[in-house]
Formats: sequence, C-alpha cells, structure tokens
Amino acid sequence: MRWMWIDKVVAFEPEKRLVAVKNVSLAEEHLHQHFPAEGGLPAAPVMPNSLILEGMAQTAGILVGSVHGFREKVVLAKVVSATFERDVTPGETIRYDASIERMDDMGASTVGIVERWSFVDEAWAPVGRIELMFSHLDQNRAGVEFPEENFVFGENFRTLLEGAGLKKFVS
Amino acid sequence: MAKSREDIEADVRDVLVDALGVDEDDVVATATLKGDLGAESIDYLDIVFRLEKKFSTPEKPFKIAQGELFPENLMTDPTLVENGKVTAKGLALLKEKVPHVALGDFESDPQITKLPTLFTVKSLCDFVERKLAA
Repeated sequence: MRWMWIDKVVAFEPEKRLVAVKNVSLAEEHLHQHFPAEGGLPAAPVMPNSLILEGMAQTAGILVGSVHGFREKVVLAKVVSATFERDVTPGETIRYDASIERMDDMGASTVGIVERWSFVDEAWAPVGRIELMFSHLDQNRAGVEFPEENFVFGENFRTLLEGAGLKKFVS
Repeated sequence: MAKSREDIEADVRDVLVDALGVDEDDVVATATLKGDLGAESIDYLDIVFRLEKKFSTPEKPFKIAQGELFPENLMTDPTLVENGKVTAKGLALLKEKVPHVALGDFESDPQITKLPTLFTVKSLCDFVERKLAA
C-alpha cells in the first residue's frame, strides 16, 4: 500500500518552506464512505480532515527531513493545533504550504497553511491551519533501538522528490 | 523594561496552556509538568520552542540550549546514575546545570525515574527569570 497523501512538490526553499499539492478525485475509495448516501440524503464526498492533516504531516515532514539530507528518522510527534474552516470535495486541488518555525537536534516545529483550488470559483480559498512537531527518532530513542535503514523516507518519497526536481536531496 | 515576576508567570502560563492544552486555572506554581499537567516527552521540546518565542526580543534573543532547561541526556553517563539512582556526582551536576529545579526530598531518594516529577511551573518561572536577568 502506498500511503501517499501528496501528489507533487511544487515549491521548495531549503531549510525554510516546502509546498505540495494533492488532487482530490472520486476514484479514491475512501470518499465513497465519507459520506455515503443515507436516510434519503444523497452521498456527500468530502476529503476527511484527518487525511488533510496527514498530507500536511508528509509535506512538513519532507521539509524537516531535507534539512539533514534525510539521514534523520523524522516522525510526527505532536499535532499542536489543527483548525479547518472549509471542506474539500472531489475535483478540487489541495495546496499544503509548510514552513519550519524552529528546529534543533531533537526535532522541529512547523506551521502549515492549507488551501484549495476550486475550478468553479477559479480561486484559492483557505481550508485550514496546522501546527505540528516532529521528533528526530534517533535523538529521542530512550533506550529503544531502531533499524539503521531510514524507514521513514522510503522509495515513495524519493520518487516524489525526484519528480519535483529535488534529486540532489535524494542520496 | 525588564519583565516583572508577575509578567513572567503570566507568560509561562500562556505557554503551558498552549503547549499542553490545560486550563489556565490548573497552571499553579506547585503543579508538576508531568504529573499534574500531563506533559509527555515531545511536550518538553514544544515548551522550549514556545518559551524562546515568547521571551525573545529583537534586541535580545532568548535561546535555550539543549539540556539547559530540561536535563534530557545529562543522566545517560554511567558515573551519574547507578542502579537507577542518581549518584552524588550526578546530584552535584544537576545542581550546577539546572539550578531552577528544587531537588528537595529527591536528594535523599534520588531515583532517576522521579527526576521528571521535579519540574514544576515554578521551576520554569525561575529558569526564565534567571535567564532574563543574566
């Protein structure tokens, strides 16, 4: 299974900011369950906010990982805050704009803005704001041993980064 | 103008309310970060980042070095901890490195697992006050 909730990296400022987009499609199975037609009401496919949050975690996680050339195992440690003001529906594009607020050896905090492009309105509109904290797993292992191999940034992320022209960051 | 103790306490309270999602009323001087306010490991880093942001000014950045506020990896040295207890050398180092933490009864029964319970809201305020004055 490919747990990818971003489609493409579209902007990158090393150590500062990374922007990714995701196209939301009715071909995605989960949208048929969220929400199906019920009790005489028609189906109302809406991108779940939990998966929007995952998309931001991937965007911001790649940004944090890139700072040390993807040598650190960067894991999402805390959702500091997540607020949503608008739904995203099939046929729309989500844009994740993540920035590093603070970073040290132990981890990083990021701020992310989520917007969506509507082909009906022909405009970007705010969807939400997500603040996250990432931990560098090997710096915080508390006696737990993890595999040497970097299981956080696997093949999928490499493909994504290469597609975005960030090949030099893929060792 | 230098911040008063009351200002520092109010700012530290804001930081803890935001970082830990606790009620303002629960953030009293004697409350422990772990036991009373439910802080987990990543929360300590969050608190450090937020304190830096809160107390930094354009003229004077408020930068907290790793281990300066919370002695994360201070106790990994085997000469500092023996059979789960902090040694005399370890206690001396704690006093030197984290003077904002009142050791109290911990000195008579210095079990390493109890170390996180020593951090109170007052410890944070003392740390900030001392650092701002430095």
